This record gives sequence, C-alpha cells and structure tokens, in this order.
Amino acid sequence: MTDVIDTLAAIAPGSPLDAVRNMRPQARLQAQASHDSLFEPVSEADANKLERFAIACFVAGLHEQPQIAAFYGKGLVPAEAPAMLQAAIGAAVAAAKVAGPYGRYRKGPLSIEDQTGPVHRIAAPTREVLGPRLAAAFEHAHMLVFHPRDSAPSYLQALIDAGWSTTGIVVISQLVAFLSYQIRVVAGLRVLNARPA
Amino acid sequence: MTDKVLSTPAHVEPVVFTRDQLDWLPWLEPMAEQDLTARHMAGLVDAARAKSPYFRLLARDPEVLEARTRTDKDIFYNPEAGLPRAERELAAAATSRYNGCIYCASVHARFAATYSKRVDDVDHLLAEGVGVNLDARWNAIVAASVALTSTPIAFGPEHIDGLRKVGLDEASIVDVINAASFFNWANRLMLSLGEPAAAGKG
Repeated sequence: MTDVIDTLAAIAPGSPLDAVRNMRPQARLQAQASHDSLFEPVSEADANKLERFAIACFVAGLHEQPQIAAFYGKGLVPAEAPAMLQAAIGAAVAAAKVAGPYGRYRKGPLSIEDQTGPVHRIAAPTREVLGPRLAAAFEHAHMLVFHPRDSAPSYLQALIDAGWSTTGIVVISQLVAFLSYQIRVVAGLRVLNARPA
Repeated sequence: MTDKVLSTPAHVEPVVFTRDQLDWLPWLEPMAEQDLTARHMAGLVDAARAKSPYFRLLARDPEVLEARTRTDKDIFYNPEAGLPRAERELAAAATSRYNGCIYCASVHARFAATYSKRVDDVDHLLAEGVGVNLDARWNAIVAASVALTSTPIAFGPEHIDGLRKVGLDEASIVDVINAASFFNWANRLMLSLGEPAAAGKG
C-alpha cells in the first residue's frame, strides 16, 4: 500500500526516518486514510474526483510545491479532466501567489497585528475553463491557504451561490485543510531527510 | 435543504488570545443528533463528540473526520518517546497564534500551560505573539512551527539545527513537524466554518 507522504518526501523503507515515522504508527496510517477518504471518496455526490484533484493541484501550486502539484495532476487524467483544465489550473496558480498568513482580526486590541493582502478573484478566461463551481472553490482555497483568519460567512455564501452543498463545503474545506497539513509534513520531512544528525 | 449560511445567536466575540474556555458557533448547519447513523458515530470516534456542533458539522464527511481524529490523537497523545506532551501543545499553540485562530490557541495554550506548568510563558506567547522570547528550547520550537506554517513554507535546515541544538532528537523533531503541520489543518477548519464566542455570555 502506497504511503503518499513517504513517496513525496522520498522516505525509503528501512531508512532511519522510516523507523522514526513508525513511532507514531496511527498518525502515519490515518494520514494516509485521510488522503484516501478525500481522493477515493465513498460518495462523489457533493464533490467529484475531478473537482478534488483540481483543487489539490491548485493548493499544491499555491504552496510552490511543483512535485506535489504534479503528483495531484496525475489524478486529473483518470478523473477525465478536459485538456484545457491543467493549463487553466497553472494559470490560476501563477496569478494567485502571495505570502501568508495575513489577515485581519475583529476590531480590538489585535487590530495592530492586521496585515492586509489580496482577496483573490479568478481571472475571466480562467474562470471560463474552470466553471463557476471550481472557480468559487479556488477563490475559497486561496483564502484558506493564505489568509484563513479573514474567514467570514460571506465566503461560505459565495460557495453556496456557486452550487456547493453544505456537505460539499465541508468536503472541500477538509481537502484544503488536509493538504495544508500533508504538504507541510512532506516539506518538513524532506528537510530533515537531507540533514542527517 | 439546509444549504444556507447560519446567522449566529447574540454572543460576545473574543478580541484577544486567551486561555479561557471558549464556545464555537457554526456558520453551516451541523447534522442533527438524531440523524447520526452508525457510520457518523464511527466518524466521531468519541461518542461524546455528538454534543459538539463542530464535530457534528464535520460528521457530514465521516470517513475523513475519523481518519483526521485518529491522526490527531496519535500526534498529541502517544506517550512513546519523542517530544513531551507540553511541547507538542506548544507547537500547536504557536501555530494557532501565528495563523490567528483564537479558538484553537485557547485550547492548546491551556494544554501547554497545564502540562508544562509554565503559565506565564504561555501567556506571553498569547499576548505578544510568536516573536516572544521564552527560553532557548521553546524559542526553537516556536520558530520551527512558524517557519513551517508560513506559505510558502520557510522551514529549512537552520530550523533542524536549531531544534537539535536545544536537545531535540529525531523523534522529537518529527513531533514538532507533525504537531505544527496538524494545526495548519485544524486552524483552517475552525476559522472558516464558524467562530469563537466567550463561554456562557451569549
């Protein structure tokens, strides 16, 4: 059974890091189970596989992780992505990159820590290829990745307006949040792997 | 259908980071308790979580909720080797402070304070933010958590060296990576699906 974190972080079976990862066997197994439940879902009624892999490519791209983006890009093919979609995701990533976390707090003592940054809108030509559901999901994913403390009910309303169900919003929120975790574990383990004690 | 944004009841919004117990109010409709099937209860892992609107909202996708919960428990509760619980909680609190998740920070600051007994240091982190000066060991854990939380990720060999210098072994470094990374997952759910409220002041 493939372990995606091991694959992406290039952790070989029997290596020292493999042994260290095994000290948290459930974390290792269940991180993979989380991945499987998101990308091989029991039901596609509220978010289909094409949407899930497209969002994953976009999120990996926002993290400037080309290898991880390519890994999720491979999932687009069996999900029967139209040929133009991959290019549209690339264009969406290129137009969306900033640095986070930024955002504002509720007005009060923390307002001195406010850091403004863009609320991202997908450009019209890209939106045309993505369609309204994916375009709304990408705009939401951008907020979650770069400025999650700006979250507000209006962001969820935009998803509902684009056709996402409540369950679908839970699914894509888990997806982006999970990827924020998985990508960091991979990045951290790669650095550790390249820096033996 | 329940596909609408909820309006929250009157409540007091916390405007500072705190170790106080907070409530959390959903912006989307959680599942009703009576609608939870065996599949949803498996997703909740602990039956008591059926009382929580946060977990009943996440129960709309029970498979990922179950896997996420079991990942969480092993990263934070597994007592074998690695980083002491207090410092896994410190990484969670620092990550939450940096992302701006007042709710998550409150929970894990309480745990960090309880397990470390360093209440003042935890309160300094909450009040001053992740640039605070604690001690060499805690500074290194906070700095590594923050670097991993930045997007693009700023975690590099200097952070590994920093953690080793203050005595962390490989298992402990992996615990820092897991704990900080996990709170990048948790913060984004807590922040985006609802909001914190001062407890009992609604």
